[in-house]
Amino acid sequence: MLLVNSGRVVEASARVYRKTWRGSVISTFFNPILYLLAMGVGLGQLVDDGTGTTALAIPYLTFLAPGLLAATAMMTGAGDASWPVMAGIKWRKTYDAILATPVGVPELVVGQLSWVGVRLLFVTVVYSGVMTAFDATTVAQGALAVPPAVLTGLGFAAIMTAYTARLKDEQGISAIFRFAIMPLFLFSGTFFPLSQLPGWIQPAAYATPLFHGVSLCRGLALGTEFAVNPMYSVAYLLTMLIFGTLLAIRLMGRRLIT
Amino acid sequence: MTDALVHARNLRKEFGELVAVDGIDFEVRAGETFGFLGPNGAGKSSTMKMIGSVSPRTDGDLRVLGKDPNEHGQEIRADLGVIPQEDNLDLELTVYENLLIYGRYFGMSRKVINDRIDELLVFAQLDERRNSRVEPLSGGMKRRLTIARGLINTPKLLLLDEPTTGLDPQARHLLWDRLYRLKQEGVTLIITTHYMDEAEQLCDRLVIMDKGRIVTEGSPQELIEQHTRREVLEMRFAVGTQEEHAARLESLAPRVEILPDRVLLYTDDADATADAVAAQGIVPESTVSRRSTLEDVFLRLTGRTLVD
Repeated sequence: MLLVNSGRVVEASARVYRKTWRGSVISTFFNPILYLLAMGVGLGQLVDDGTGTTALAIPYLTFLAPGLLAATAMMTGAGDASWPVMAGIKWRKTYDAILATPVGVPELVVGQLSWVGVRLLFVTVVYSGVMTAFDATTVAQGALAVPPAVLTGLGFAAIMTAYTARLKDEQGISAIFRFAIMPLFLFSGTFFPLSQLPGWIQPAAYATPLFHGVSLCRGLALGTEFAVNPMYSVAYLLTMLIFGTLLAIRLMGRRLIT
Repeated sequence: MTDALVHARNLRKEFGELVAVDGIDFEVRAGETFGFLGPNGAGKSSTMKMIGSVSPRTDGDLRVLGKDPNEHGQEIRADLGVIPQEDNLDLELTVYENLLIYGRYFGMSRKVINDRIDELLVFAQLDERRNSRVEPLSGGMKRRLTIARGLINTPKLLLLDEPTTGLDPQARHLLWDRLYRLKQEGVTLIITTHYMDEAEQLCDRLVIMDKGRIVTEGSPQELIEQHTRREVLEMRFAVGTQEEHAARLESLAPRVEILPDRVLLYTDDADATADAVAAQGIVPESTVSRRSTLEDVFLRLTGRTLVD
């Protein structure tokens, strides 16, 4: 029953998305391309023409692209599990409408997250194509990087759903983007190898979830060595997804079933 | 309790320290329209949520469609229609799509849903709006769509929480007409409202709640007979002169209520009472004689103090 009812939540979300996809096109597709152009091509030129003592053995664009794939997945997952979830809980109260039917809280949460998974698949496949077009990876290796990117996005989506379930208003969403998501975006090995950071802060950076997503995506897309044992990374992200989902079900239940 | 669709004994709901529903008993029978009346904060919506099987009770016993919502919430909800206080439609979707996705939540097949949608759009007088987006529709249309959506699964019991709050008189009367038709078709309705005219129009039986308790129960007519007189004579006096007349009016009717701006005489024959007032030489500035309404009962039982 869990799967059937969750499937119905996915179906309804897809129907809404068919009406609203235009609004999300810029953020999901054009932003990564803009980043690739500005950072990868523009800044990358400077980096590659640098002193020759660079820590990179590959063109900067090639280094950056898979990291941005993981970071984009994080942004998409976190975004899709915050504002739309708040709308469902509070602004539109569409979750109340769903819970008045045989669909229960676990099915609502799992369905909502599954839909985010579909969106992530969509976004990362397109992005992987863009990477290939920029000659940063091959079609096959680019495709290999899609599953870890989706997993990264889902991990963030699950935690974000749990977080949003407790929020009174959208200020908390802005705050977590400003104080958690943005720093992760900048300091998780997306734009430079963590070895560039001061030694004392490196362990903290290694402990962040996005670092593991970046490590998996980069290793697979470029066929290079992983920054950290990929088994650890997969285990980390899976734990985040499972723990986040269970927590989200619990907190959403507390919020909506009063 | 054999043919009762809802059966509650000593039903309680607490939110921490706050007692929202303080041990109430009631039964809703098949085919009737049952009302919960009360001022804000009386516990109506909390009771509705418990019946709707989306809010666990704190104590007491509750059976909905013969089942315990704590254990069979999902099965119960499959046979309920719920119209919430605020419309919670998917605004980006069309009228048709809103009904379609809702039917899917109930596990209905597309074929069955589509047939049902055709009927419901006619019923809700939205057939010309079938493919319109919901967002720009009027408040009355959204409300009718919400009601149509609540009927998609052909529920055995329809729960309406303040169905006409915020609608203009035309929209309210159209909605009453639709609800009356449902009632004639044998659908069991439970309504909460704080509009007395709504309760008088629709309810076969109702309870008046105040501070989490049921203060009285009966048909609108029974309640009027039990708690007030058949008619009311309302009199206004020139400013400052009310006090001097009030004392003499007390003896002219079985119950007299003195308000800051007027005096109400509850009586069985308002015209006769008006004659008696005139015979005393009392000349009010204006007089209105009218039938007693549920509102008189309501105010008598729940007081005139404003609840915020």
